[in-house]
Amino acid sequence: MDLERRHFDEMLLGSDGVRAPYAEYQKWFANEDPTRLSKKSKEAEAFFRRTGITFNVYGQAEAQERLIPFDLIPRIIANREWTKLSKGIKQRVVAINAFLHDIYHRQEILRAGIVPTELISRNEAFLPQMIGITPPGKVYTHIVGTDLVRTGEDDFYVLEDNARTPSGVSYMLENRETMLHMFPELFSQIKVQRVSDYPKNLRRSLAACAPQGCAGKPTVAILTPGIHNSAYFEHSFLADQMGVELVEGHDLMVVDGHIAMRTTRGYKNIDVLYRRVDDEYLDPLNFNPDSMLGVPGIMDVYRAGNITIANAPGTGIADDKAIYSYMPDIIEFYTGEKAILKNVETWRCSEPDSLAYVLEHLAELVVKEVHGSGGYGMLVGPAASKKELSSFAAKLRRNPGNYIAQPTLSLSTVPIFAKKGLAPRHVDLRPFALVSPEGIDIAPGGLTRVALKAGSLVVNSSQGGGTKDTWVLED
Amino acid sequence: MLGKTAGGLYWMFRLLERCENTARLVEAGFRIALTRSNDPASEWKSVVTTAGARSNYDAKYDTYEAAYVVDFLLRDPANLSSVLSAVEKARTNARMVRTALTTEVWEAVNEGWMGLKQTLKSPVKETDLPAVLGEIRRHSALVRGALHGTMLRNDIFDFTQMGIALERADNTARIIDVKYYTLLPSASFVGSALDNVQWETILRSVSAHRSFRWLNDENMTPASVADFLILDPRFPRSLSFCSRILEESLGFLAKDYGTRLTCHDMISAQRDRLRGHTIATVFDEGLHQFITAFIDDINAIGQQIEKDYRFIG
Repeated sequence: MDLERRHFDEMLLGSDGVRAPYAEYQKWFANEDPTRLSKKSKEAEAFFRRTGITFNVYGQAEAQERLIPFDLIPRIIANREWTKLSKGIKQRVVAINAFLHDIYHRQEILRAGIVPTELISRNEAFLPQMIGITPPGKVYTHIVGTDLVRTGEDDFYVLEDNARTPSGVSYMLENRETMLHMFPELFSQIKVQRVSDYPKNLRRSLAACAPQGCAGKPTVAILTPGIHNSAYFEHSFLADQMGVELVEGHDLMVVDGHIAMRTTRGYKNIDVLYRRVDDEYLDPLNFNPDSMLGVPGIMDVYRAGNITIANAPGTGIADDKAIYSYMPDIIEFYTGEKAILKNVETWRCSEPDSLAYVLEHLAELVVKEVHGSGGYGMLVGPAASKKELSSFAAKLRRNPGNYIAQPTLSLSTVPIFAKKGLAPRHVDLRPFALVSPEGIDIAPGGLTRVALKAGSLVVNSSQGGGTKDTWVLED
Repeated sequence: MLGKTAGGLYWMFRLLERCENTARLVEAGFRIALTRSNDPASEWKSVVTTAGARSNYDAKYDTYEAAYVVDFLLRDPANLSSVLSAVEKARTNARMVRTALTTEVWEAVNEGWMGLKQTLKSPVKETDLPAVLGEIRRHSALVRGALHGTMLRNDIFDFTQMGIALERADNTARIIDVKYYTLLPSASFVGSALDNVQWETILRSVSAHRSFRWLNDENMTPASVADFLILDPRFPRSLSFCSRILEESLGFLAKDYGTRLTCHDMISAQRDRLRGHTIATVFDEGLHQFITAFIDDINAIGQQIEKDYRFIG
């Protein structure tokens, strides 16, 4: 009990009370028969399995397609809270796009000494091929999935900016569909903001970023690495929902200076390519020559301004965890405002003083690889054994520039529906922002990921995390 | 539509059709092995031959025993045409072309795949065989039913129909060829009194024993059976029927796209050849020669479709 009280729970207050956003839901829940809910929970799983809402786990030949466990207790956010969050996300997204444009053009921020030059010049995520290129509409990050965590009533932190190719939005949509299907009555009692417009908005937003020379209705397509990719379900889901083609590298080629897809009627030009393939695999002629996933010559078409690539190549530099630590300064530099959303205190292990501190306090900290994602290669100090700590310390000493460290945050919890009733579990939140010259549009809510093991702070689906439907209340 | 998608649809339905045909073939083999115990091995051998799996099978087994054959045709991952391999590949194709399928079709494919993967996880016991074969056939039937009930009649549908028609034509043709040879190796036997059980097996292996009887009473001559399987325009697995579906589907595509391609000329020529035949002229030409030419034609058309509609780059 002691342990649970240390964390902020978004639903339950200390003695029997619930926080205001959950009041209506709690009334409904109290009248529900737990047996019925258990049954519903199993139904949901069968539904996910049948419709093939699965993800692939790398390196697990046997259980290749796994389900992301779905928890039926929603995560509820008050409208007032959301307004502040979305304002903060917009500010950040604007700053990130300005930063990317600057970094690949005049580099004012380096000249001003705000971000150290070597952090850019020696960074693998910085693409020299992008220098001097301005993407159509000056948009670099067409889709952003900012990871947020909460530690208290008014304390939200940005954990990561995910400016490359954030995934998970299909779960946001399917989770809502599942809830609507299972508990339609809930949604007539409680007014929840809609998320179902996302695919339509995504298509419109992408089309609005089409190259200037594009005449008529822009042709949009999604580029997937193929059915073995961990997020393939999402790629095909979004293509389906948007009504656009889902292409692989071998469906595409350069025809008369444009990227064209091989159709049953011949080659057809693509104007906007929402690619879910990493930069380095995008173009074997310009990047990794062994890549079978990309399109030879696409960067030349891009340079000529004949295709929009979303997100733009080279945006990964804004995702870099060492750059992250400068975000408050970056925001202030480009917007002239203080950052609305807080950054987590971050030690850059490349700096000797920080490294010394991190090594000394390893058992209290979370250490991450600068370019890592998906929860791979990270250390959660408080959960690690002595042996794990000492072997991680050795890795850290060998290549300190590859790591950053952060305090172990006391992440908020939301209850899950467990066998013995409600049980608090740590959560994070990934809202999805769409960027185009027409503006920034954020789907209300986003994806809530939940660590299913008691006490665990790792919410990644590849590490056994689950998801919840996320509600933003109206008014 | 992407060329890859067209190819995915075409192969998905070819493979599902193949599963169903394999199940029916095993069922017929099983039946004859039960009812005629004198030489079950030769019966199973002809089943393997008809399934086009002889060389792979012979590489693995020395004898034609029921358990081996059934396992090889239903479950063996080394046999790329085994039901398990085909169901798996059909589902992979379905995932690839999922944006072209209705939810109903996708769910039918996916659910059937989940079920069959479980059913075929371990060797099928003889007592379970009828139920398992039933499940395999039901899987294909469900997907086809969902397809017919929910899909738009556009180019997507045309490619699925071509896959089904080609696979079916090939399957029926191979059954006729293999059986004809085994039963009547010498031309002098053509037209002589029949071994009813053998012909019954042929009819069963294409689910035609009922329809044939409706049309022919007890008059089971090789000519009447061959006529039915080759030329009857009403029987959905006859060569004539399948080639008509192929011509129709290709015709819809030509109209839809406003372009006639090489494959259209090929199917027209093939249809003309078939129309010129009666069962008497087929026997005059030689049934084996006729069937071999038919199989070659059909395969050539299949390859031309893949080229004309850019299945692969």
